[in-house]
Formats: sequence, C-alpha cells, structure tokens
Amino acid sequence: MKYIDEFRTGTLAQKIATKIASEANTQRDYHFMEFCGGHTHAISRFGISDLLPDNVHLIHGPGCPVCVLPIGRVENAIRLAQTPGLILCSYGDMLRIPTATGMSLLKAKAQGADIRMVYSSADAIKIAQNNPQHQVVFFAIGFETTTPPTAVAIKQAQALGLNNFTVFCNHVLTPSAISHILQSAEVRQLGIVPLNGFIGPAHVSVVIGSQPYEYFAEEFQKPVVIAGFEPLDVMQAILMLLRQINTGRTEVENEFTRAVLPKGNLKAQRLVAEIFELRRVFEWRGLGLVPYSALKIKSCYAGFDAEQRFQIPALSIADNKACECGAILRGVKRPQDCKIFGTVCTPENPIGSCMVSSEGACAAHYSYGRFRDTNHATSKEN
Amino acid sequence: MLMCLAIPACVEQLINENYAVVNLGGIRKEISLALVEDVVLGDYVIVHVGFALQKLDQIEAERTLAMFAEISTLNQEDI
Repeated sequence: MKYIDEFRTGTLAQKIATKIASEANTQRDYHFMEFCGGHTHAISRFGISDLLPDNVHLIHGPGCPVCVLPIGRVENAIRLAQTPGLILCSYGDMLRIPTATGMSLLKAKAQGADIRMVYSSADAIKIAQNNPQHQVVFFAIGFETTTPPTAVAIKQAQALGLNNFTVFCNHVLTPSAISHILQSAEVRQLGIVPLNGFIGPAHVSVVIGSQPYEYFAEEFQKPVVIAGFEPLDVMQAILMLLRQINTGRTEVENEFTRAVLPKGNLKAQRLVAEIFELRRVFEWRGLGLVPYSALKIKSCYAGFDAEQRFQIPALSIADNKACECGAILRGVKRPQDCKIFGTVCTPENPIGSCMVSSEGACAAHYSYGRFRDTNHATSKEN
Repeated sequence: MLMCLAIPACVEQLINENYAVVNLGGIRKEISLALVEDVVLGDYVIVHVGFALQKLDQIEAERTLAMFAEISTLNQEDI
C-alpha cells in the first residue's frame, strides 16, 4: 500500500542500521524509550532491536491506552454493562481485559450483558439512535488520538437531541505521563530507568503537534524525535536521537513531517477544548495517581457524561500479585522478566493488561520476540 | 480490530462535507472528515478509529523517503 510499503524496505533498514552502528559510541550505552504502543508493536513485529548494536537499548513506555487503564475503571464499565436495559459500546481491545476476579467485558457479554464492540464513536451514536428506549454508554478510552472522535460524538449527540447517549470518559494525556516517568522516584533516585531520549508518538503528535514536547527537551534535557509508525521511521528516529546525544543537543525533532505539524491539528484541539477539561488527578495502571493527566466532560455537557447520569464509584483495585504490568509500563522491567509471561499469562488467556492489546509490550513480545531470546542465547553459545 | 493503529488511506469518494469513502489496501470504508479541513479526492489521510486525523503531506513523504535514500548512497560511498 502506498505510504506504507516504501517505509518498510528491508535493504534501506539495513543501510540505516549500518549508519547507526558506525555512529554509536562504543564507550557508552544509549537508552531510548518509545512512548507509544504503536511503536512497541512495530519494533517487535519488524525485529528492529535485532538491527541495533548491543549498546543501543529500546525501553517500552506506557503508551498503550488499553494497558494503562486501571482495573477499577474496567470494573466500573462491567457494572455499567450489567445494568438492566443499558447498552455499553466499547472498542474491541477493551473486551478481554481481566479484572481481579477474572471477569471481563467479554465474559459479562456471554452472561447476557448488552455489550457492543464498535470501531468508531460514530457507531455508538448510531446504536443510540436505533435504540431510543435504551441508555447507551460509550466506554471512551485512549490518548489524544481517540479524544477528538469522542468529542465529535458528543457534539453529534447534542445536534441530534439524543437523551439516551452518554460517555464514560477515560481519556488520558501523553505529556503528563512522560513527565511523570521522568519525575518518578525510580528515575530520580534509583536511576533504574536510565533514559537518554524519547521516540515521540506518531499519531498523538498528529493531533497535539510537536510543540508540547519542547518542555521535556528543555526541562529534563532529553532529546525527543517524533517518529512515524513504520520501521524505517523508527530506525531513522533512533539515528536522529543518537546524533543529538553525540553532539550534546537536546531538541525536539520531527521525523514524521508527512503528518505532524508543529501546532498539530487545531480543529481537533478546539473541539477537545470545547467539550473536555482536566481532571485534578487520575489513576494509571503502573504509574499510580498522576495529577492533571486525564480529561473529564465539562459541566455544560453534563447531560452526556455517564459519571453524572449513573452511580460510578471510585474503585482502586490492586493488580494480580504475580503480574508485573506496572513495572513493565514504567520501563523498569521487560516482559520476559515477569514470572508468568508466556506460561500462565498469554494473549489467549491474559492475566495482565499488557498481554491483551496487540500494542501491549507483553503481547508484542509474545507474538514476535519470545523465541528471539533463546535463539540469541543459543547462537552466542555456538 | 485494532483501536490504536492508524494508517494512511486514499480518499476515493466524498459523500458530503463530513464523510468520505477511503481505500485501505483494497478495502473501501466510510470514514468521518469531521476533524480535517479541505480534503479533496485523491488526498491521503491518516485514518484512526473511523476518523481522518490529518491529511498526509505527500511532498513531505517524498522528502523523508529521499532522506532514507541519501543515507543509503552515503553508506555506499563509505564502502
């Protein structure tokens, strides 16, 4: 497909890899965090780590929206879906997230709850139009990319005069999560996550632009290179980060110029600002309570806010003890460091959220990387 | 049904101001144009959860590809 295949050319990837290998300083290590789940997926799927020298490390960040939603909010959604006469609309990725008791939206659906998998917020509006006798709740999750579509849905519902449509809002913000990781005690005091730079998210940046990252580059002295989702984009971004570090620069650079403008998508930003406002605090799986990191629906749109219409208690539920999702989401541990990875916890029967979505670090490593470690070990022995 | 992955697709048909049909590698799909402006037939847009998030700048795409190619010629010179 145009604008996909040419960004996946293997020979070019090898050439960029040669460049990275020749420019990387062998006297030091480089640790780059890819924030976005889309990049995590691409890195695993295309075996990008295999193309890098041993001293260039990629650390998975918390940019998988399905993974960072705390179990309490999933539990809330399940209870909503079990309300008689209520239809819950959800993106497909959310359905298999297990709660502490092993329940999931998919199991609730099997037990009779009316849960509809939607591809778009627009589908949820259609369901509300077609079912005027039922309350329809859209389980809205995701970063800055899914927030504008939710805003459009609320505007549509208002224009159509739908009084049976509400949104259970769980939208979160990328820059707050990056700040939180950089400011966390683990990074500051223990230095467990030695981060030298960030691969900036692709489609989040399409919406918010490249400007919001300038704060990190200045405040934390960390270079950021925004990259597209294709393997050549990621390789090129790694080369650009490496060059910044080698020349002592900490700037925001944009590799994904074909879709990311400095100011982003202003039309989408205006819509979001009209409908949503900041929450004082929101719980993230793996990161805990993060101030000003999520959005809620403004009071003037309270009629479309499920948290206003229904009783939705604040539930704080701990992860399964054996599950390392929290540490993996902070970049402190790798999927293969988790005891239950690939044995008890698999994509077919996930225990933790990182194994559910294909963008989760564990699911990506399970699908594309789990035999790599053993192969590497074997080839080194030989 | 991947929620988060977004891909470039060609606009094949404009239904009205707010909707278009795009071609995603042979699959035709109706998407919303509510978040973008001035989309015309033949434009490539980044599609995500049924919405066009941005128009793809075809000149910039060529520029990025040219940059990759430049790296590859530099490498050949090195050899």
